[in-house]
Amino acid sequence: MNTSMNWIKEYVPDLDCTPKEWTDAVTLTGTKVETCSILNKNLDKIVTGQIKSMEKHPDSDHLWICQVDVGQDDFVQIVTGAQNQKVGDVVPVVLDGGKVAGGHDGGELPEDGVVIKAGKLRGIESYGMMCSIEELGSSREFYPEAPEEGLYIFPEGTAVGQDAPTLLGFNDAIHEYEITSNRVDCYSVIGIAREGAATFKKAFHMPKEEKSGNNEDVHDYLSVEVIDTDLCPRYTARMVKNIKIAPSPKWMQIRLASAGIRPINNIVDITNYVMLEYGQPMHSYDYDKIRGHKIVVKRAQDGDVFETLDQQERKLDHTILTICDAEGAIGLAGIMGGENSKITDDVKTMVFEAATFDGTNIRLSARKVGDRTDASAYFEKGLDPNLAESAINRACALIEELEAGEVVGGMIDVYPVKREPSVVVCKASDINNLIGFNLTAGEMKEYLERIELSTEIGADGDTLTVTAPTFRQDIHRMCDVAEEITRFFGYANVPTTLPGGSDVAGRLAPDLAVNERVRHYAQALGYSQAFMYSFESPKVYDKLLFPEDAVEKQQIKISNPLGEDFSVMRTSSLNGMLTSLSTNYNRRNKSAKLYEMANVYIPKALPLTELPDERMTLTLGFIGEGDFFTMKGDVEDILNQLGILGRFKYDAAGCTKPFLHPGRRANIIYDGKLIGFLGEIHPTVLENYSIGEKAYVAVLDMPEVYPLVNDDTKYTPLAKFPSVTRDFSMLVPLDVTAGQIEDVLIQRTGKLCENVELFDVYIGAQVLAGYKSMAYKVTLRAQDHTLTDDEINGVVKKILNGLERMGVSLRS
Amino acid sequence: MENTKLEELKKLASDCIREAQDINSLNDIRVKFLGKKGEITSLLKSMKDLSAEEKPKFGQMVNAIRQEVEEELQKHMTELQEKAKEAKMASETIDVTLPAKKMAYGHAHPNTRALEEVEKIFVGMGYEVVEGPEVELDEYNFEKLNIPAGHPARDEQDTFYINENILLRTQTSSVQARVMEQGKLPIRMICPGRVFRSDAVDATHSPSFHQIEGLVIDKHVTFADLKGTLDTFAKELFGPETKTKLRPHHFPFTEPSAEVDVSCFKCGGKGCRFCKGEGWIEILGCGMVHPHVLEMCGIDPNEYQGFAFGVGLERIALLKYEIDDMRLLYENDTRFLNQF
Repeated sequence: MNTSMNWIKEYVPDLDCTPKEWTDAVTLTGTKVETCSILNKNLDKIVTGQIKSMEKHPDSDHLWICQVDVGQDDFVQIVTGAQNQKVGDVVPVVLDGGKVAGGHDGGELPEDGVVIKAGKLRGIESYGMMCSIEELGSSREFYPEAPEEGLYIFPEGTAVGQDAPTLLGFNDAIHEYEITSNRVDCYSVIGIAREGAATFKKAFHMPKEEKSGNNEDVHDYLSVEVIDTDLCPRYTARMVKNIKIAPSPKWMQIRLASAGIRPINNIVDITNYVMLEYGQPMHSYDYDKIRGHKIVVKRAQDGDVFETLDQQERKLDHTILTICDAEGAIGLAGIMGGENSKITDDVKTMVFEAATFDGTNIRLSARKVGDRTDASAYFEKGLDPNLAESAINRACALIEELEAGEVVGGMIDVYPVKREPSVVVCKASDINNLIGFNLTAGEMKEYLERIELSTEIGADGDTLTVTAPTFRQDIHRMCDVAEEITRFFGYANVPTTLPGGSDVAGRLAPDLAVNERVRHYAQALGYSQAFMYSFESPKVYDKLLFPEDAVEKQQIKISNPLGEDFSVMRTSSLNGMLTSLSTNYNRRNKSAKLYEMANVYIPKALPLTELPDERMTLTLGFIGEGDFFTMKGDVEDILNQLGILGRFKYDAAGCTKPFLHPGRRANIIYDGKLIGFLGEIHPTVLENYSIGEKAYVAVLDMPEVYPLVNDDTKYTPLAKFPSVTRDFSMLVPLDVTAGQIEDVLIQRTGKLCENVELFDVYIGAQVLAGYKSMAYKVTLRAQDHTLTDDEINGVVKKILNGLERMGVSLRS
Repeated sequence: MENTKLEELKKLASDCIREAQDINSLNDIRVKFLGKKGEITSLLKSMKDLSAEEKPKFGQMVNAIRQEVEEELQKHMTELQEKAKEAKMASETIDVTLPAKKMAYGHAHPNTRALEEVEKIFVGMGYEVVEGPEVELDEYNFEKLNIPAGHPARDEQDTFYINENILLRTQTSSVQARVMEQGKLPIRMICPGRVFRSDAVDATHSPSFHQIEGLVIDKHVTFADLKGTLDTFAKELFGPETKTKLRPHHFPFTEPSAEVDVSCFKCGGKGCRFCKGEGWIEILGCGMVHPHVLEMCGIDPNEYQGFAFGVGLERIALLKYEIDDMRLLYENDTRFLNQF
């Protein structure tokens, strides 16, 4: 929404603020100004001047030397390259040292304008410049009387020496507003003016809606029937005959230009003018093209096709409301008129329509037919039906004022259920309690009545009965009234306090607290936090080598995605991690250690009938220094920090993740539960992601980790009795794992086991084929006595028995 | 005669001590004069030739000299030891400007760094930090926030839908209704989380970003309390000089509603390139929870009232760390991440 200050002053004549003061003040009462452009910001020393003589420049075939009367004692000599002027023309003249907004090519306007100084053009002195409309910062689009090329020429008889920008309406500031969806009334100049008047405590005057029309009756010309009243609460129509199409007057053109609307002719311009002024779109039909001189408002039928006035064929269905005549559609209600009924230059009699349509229906229909027009943008906000009558009468008054035709008397009005003002009864004390200030009922009444919310104070001095005019469709409850009072009282003037005491303790929810700890541990281990998208392309699951029937391919699909790349909710965090590692690899970052803490989305059933399982997932990944066991150590460190102690099992055979190296992957099992997995990335997947070195990942399924977190730490007394260590240097069959050996060592040592440590592994020529050499140090200790030789020997014997069963023998 | 001899011996010892250049020579000197067979010790042995009267006198003199030599020697020894230590340390001098040996710590994402700051502020004010689902029911994202089907606010938010009833939440406000429905009052919570809107990726837009929702419900919570809370928040986050400004606005689920600007922390409000000359930067939206929203969640608006606010996390992170392109947040280039 754009408005001109000059236009607003028409309704608030006492307004005497600067554009900046206006911007600041109305923003703080709720009409947020987005931008403010001062049209004559860079127009300086520009006056009307009359060309008194023109002679050819002696050294140029296109320059003219003009003597220009600018109302001073002497004529000003100006050399120009323009060709459209003649002696006697009055043109805008920028004098020596003045400023214009831009160049004559109409390109982007420089921030500080262009300074014009006296100088010589091919040796001839020139003391200024005559201007085109582009140099004044506008264009022929808004000033259609300007020539295609050359100087702007004022109408004959324009006095010299006047401020030229003012004559053209450039002594104005245009404010652009962000209007919130609840304030439909503010999508209009009068709506903004009403708010501004209340803000500055000035009187607001509505435009005059004088009675118009001849003594004929429009009902004798036309009938209207509204069939679908649910979609059209009100339909008004008036008529104009003996139409004289002509350009609208300059003042109206300037107003339209200020709102960015191109002047066309008097009839179109009046329609647009009233739309801007009242926020009520109107439509005009050629009466002679309305078959049967009857208008019927009804839903279209499925499969109907209709040609709108922009000569587009639109496919309709039964949800779309049409304006029809006796034989068929002549317009799409609230969106666009039809080619078959549109006004042309030879129109003689026309019908003005000002109606109210259901906002939601118009919004959906406009989307369906694929055209959100200026009109539909108004209607979709849901207009006040009482506005239609004011607007149509204002339009007819303007027809008469502009002498554009003869208005037929009377108005057709189909308005079965009259919209009544909304009445809110509330208590001043409740408003004070909601806002936290302390106003009297009388003070509240004063604020409310500034914006036409008439207020009665009850006998108790506390009850307020507030009546909101129908253009205020947002006043229903006490809180709405409270907001109106607070806006004009000033949000800045409301006290600043803090909520009173509360018995709610501040904390992170338990799972969030675990996530935070895990993030910090991962960072301490050198991993930096990555953020990935939650949706991705289904194709990445092929890159990750998932087979067709993989559960990971059962993703939730977004019905209206931004494209295939963002079309399914991820079921695995791997693509994000590998993409990020790849980014770093390909940008030659020497190493990258990343972690991510975010959800994967596992549907319970597809298509989705209930919300999916959102599983918080920790993903660690690195390229650069380190191997499988580095990653394994990092995972264990993080889990240990969470108080998850003891032995983790690594199940290689059970891990079938296709994106991992088949010989270097394992599920992580704790206490019999699968809590995650880790491994080296499969060479093919590395290729798919253009990663030229080994990469390692680990994934922890946080919902499985949360219940394991243990902060219940208890002190164990420091050992009082000495420990004993025994080394076992063994010959181990290649298929026996360290994990299996450790199981034996730990089980067989029983409660005397303090530590089991692998200190050497060797596979190679020095060892018998089919075997590897492994050496373990086992530390034994009892809490209550010094171990005896018998005890120690007994344990060693048990260990050896156990090892023997796996085909392990001690090296001699 | 004996006296003279003693004096000479003492002088000789002193000269030797003075001339000694290192600890070893001093040790030799000790042996030479004070050892069992040393020259001073042997003097004592010669006492047997003296008369009974002379013996104690002579003995005293020898012992006195012996002590003097001992002290002199010890003093010189200490000096030499100090010198040796200094020489050793001089030889151990290092170039302290050589590079440090560091643990390679990882870095929090700027979003998280900003979030943790925000969380700390609100936890300190007694708020609980909670979460809600990202794939959400229409009911919580819209219906229960006073945004029924057909409401224009639905169009403004460019929602990703899974089906008619399930969508990707467009705002963390969806958690409001979930928390209120649980019926545990009073409520003081913030809910950070990921939200989704159908905006193509560019320097200032991302189809997924983060918000932090705040909600306080109690018997006497006022709009003035909301102002105070946000003022405290802004001062904690952006510095004690920060000023806040509330502008009336409209959200379907709060009434009255406001947008909040903070004075530009770069220029202090004078206006600079950072705040586009405004002196103020918009950071959040807020308001008093709409009574109809309370009713829909089973809370009696005649008994309870409260406020809600929503902050864009990226907005804060981008502002605080002066990041000029949102795409950096999802690239995960370590050269970027390592700066936080």
